[in-house]
Amino acid sequence: MKNSTAIEFRQVNKWFGKLHVLRDFSLKIDPGEVVVVCGPSGSGKSTLIRCVNRLEPIQSGEIIVLGESITQPGVNLSSLRARVGIVFQSFNLFPHMTALENIMLAPVKVRGLTRDEAEKTARALLERVGIPEKANNYPANLSGGQQQRVAIARALAMQPAIMLFDEPTSALDPEMINEVLDVMTDLAKEGMTMIVITHEMGFAKRVARRIVFMDEGQVIEEGGPDSFFDAPKFDRTRQFLSKILSH
Amino acid sequence: MLDFGVVLSNFKFLIVQGFLGVGSFGGGTLRLAIPAIVLGFLLGIFIGLARLANVAWIRFPATIYVEFFRGVPLVMVIFWFWFIIPQLLQLPIPEYGVALTAFVIFEAAYFGEIVRAGVQSVPRGQAEAATAVGLRGSQTLRFVVLPQALRNMIPSLVTQIIVLFKDTSLASIIGYVDLTKAAQIVNNREIRPFELYLFIAVVYWICTYSMSRYARRLERRLAHA
Repeated sequence: MKNSTAIEFRQVNKWFGKLHVLRDFSLKIDPGEVVVVCGPSGSGKSTLIRCVNRLEPIQSGEIIVLGESITQPGVNLSSLRARVGIVFQSFNLFPHMTALENIMLAPVKVRGLTRDEAEKTARALLERVGIPEKANNYPANLSGGQQQRVAIARALAMQPAIMLFDEPTSALDPEMINEVLDVMTDLAKEGMTMIVITHEMGFAKRVARRIVFMDEGQVIEEGGPDSFFDAPKFDRTRQFLSKILSH
Repeated sequence: MLDFGVVLSNFKFLIVQGFLGVGSFGGGTLRLAIPAIVLGFLLGIFIGLARLANVAWIRFPATIYVEFFRGVPLVMVIFWFWFIIPQLLQLPIPEYGVALTAFVIFEAAYFGEIVRAGVQSVPRGQAEAATAVGLRGSQTLRFVVLPQALRNMIPSLVTQIIVLFKDTSLASIIGYVDLTKAAQIVNNREIRPFELYLFIAVVYWICTYSMSRYARRLERRLAHA
């Protein structure tokens, strides 16, 4: 591999109007690394990962994804987005398509697969996320956990090298959280590069190589799960951890 | 006493020529309404999407178009096309051409607003998810946004189609022989206004009622819940 970094943020600045969301943000993520990002709401976590596939533009700095700067003009956005999958908090499945059709759409329209090939891959992916029997269900007839697993399969269908998760379990009932986290854990074990925004600290402890705590658009603290949870260096991190771990 | 014999003895003229418009001379409610609805809606899609464009020089003319044609009476638009356009072009335009053009241009403003509202009713996350899997803007619109927008548009779309269908009777003011004009012609000869106008009211109503019944079925079929 010619470069040893999957994603690199270099002094990234992002504003929404007057609101300074990312401040000189710098971070490197290795291939195969699983990084959990946590922090209070409004800290810029979602914006951060939405910049990686250019759903949000940045105003200054540079983001390099798989060796290619994606913040230069003339970037092929479609091929960038095919290599970077994203899973949203609210699933965002297409309600007028079945689970299978949701997964097949991009492979057929973007990668140019035939419907047969795409259907074979889609069925294999549904198998992998544990709901092969739901292929012909519309999203409205799936539980939240099942919808999110279809959404993960939809992102995987483009064979991405990187997966981004934007609070994938925050909209789920408690009993459905684990079925989604299990799929994500399997992905991590297979060596997928992942950025996961989550407050599921059990998942972070088990799966993350690194945990990044963000506030006000900056990295406050980062470290491996052991040092991060057992010996946080900063007060701000301790306060945050005590709030989310106490319930 | 009511005597519907007048309807029977003029049935062919009223229905075949006045309503369907398949007779020897140009006329007909359906022959005007169907192309007006189809073309008006197609133009409306472009206008509605143009009103949502990020680029001001696309959005601005579309906004002016909608605000203008929504703000003037349909009868006036028909008169313009009837009196002014043939003068400008220095050639006569038949009633059918005038009426169809006026309806398409006028109704596209309303259809445009319906399309705009429909597209805006689709949550932002839908376009985002489509973009995120690599679909281009036009593919996102075609495969993800428009199918959902269309479903949400059905109730207002049907209302507008019904209004347009009934408004075709206004074409009679420039001498176009639609169902209303045909009834007028027969009435001038037979003086049976009550029977004739009751009959055409029933014809209009049957059409519009079947449209709303069909729309309700369509809505149910497209609801995936």
